[in-house]
Amino acid sequence: MDKEQYSTIEQEISPKPSIIKNVFKAFLTGGIICLIGQFIALFYITFFDFTERTASNPTVATMVFISMLLTGFGLYKKIGQFGGAGAAVPITGFGNAVVSSAIEHRTEGYVLGVGGNIFKLAGSVILWGVFSAFAVALIKTILVKLGVVSW
Amino acid sequence: MFSIYITAFIVGGLICVIGQLLFDVAKLTPAHTLCILVVAGSILDGFGLYEPFIDFAGAGATIPITSFGNSLTHGALAEAEKHGIIGVLTGMFEVTSSGITSAILFGFIASFLFRSKGKA
Repeated sequence: MDKEQYSTIEQEISPKPSIIKNVFKAFLTGGIICLIGQFIALFYITFFDFTERTASNPTVATMVFISMLLTGFGLYKKIGQFGGAGAAVPITGFGNAVVSSAIEHRTEGYVLGVGGNIFKLAGSVILWGVFSAFAVALIKTILVKLGVVSW
Repeated sequence: MFSIYITAFIVGGLICVIGQLLFDVAKLTPAHTLCILVVAGSILDGFGLYEPFIDFAGAGATIPITSFGNSLTHGALAEAEKHGIIGVLTGMFEVTSSGITSAILFGFIASFLFRSKGKA
């Protein structure tokens, strides 16, 4: 049996990753996380002096806090295994990335281990977010100055 | 009143579906996927589209990571409107400070409280 035959047989035998099933799980998981976020936002609007738009700040902080607890007790890993992108895309996934790197590297010390690795996974998101925000804001500011578009 | 919960669920779910499709169909790593979503959020805000989207979907738009790109751009634009080009630098983290601050603080606190059980 040559290499090509082997690879075709291997493809036939190995189970196809069911994309539809994964997509459904991601939808369900992400939807539920956002629904929880909406309830937390309602809590801040009702009991504190926040509006619909400003409530997102304390909501995000609360979600990251919940994510810390879930990550610490090893539960977020299970949610991630079930939900895939549904667990990674919400802000809780960002929190999970930061917290899990912090916990993982504590044995190397709090300065070199935790301090040096806390943004190991989340750093790429921050870098690309800041860079694209910089580019977009710069272009828009220049266009406004030139009178092409308005704020 | 209750419709915002349904839209938050559906819209938040759909953004995660886009992420899952980038995982499974485009075969991207999670890091690449998240970066694409963040950049997408920031570009949408450049066109002034993300704020109306938040009004429509509530937490369905603010909880996914796309909102991180949006808040970075939004802070930069708000300051640029007041102070010109230099505002792009000074305003960048103005809106999104709660997410970054809480992630750093809670991450550090968690490293005191919890021990690694394999890969957390």
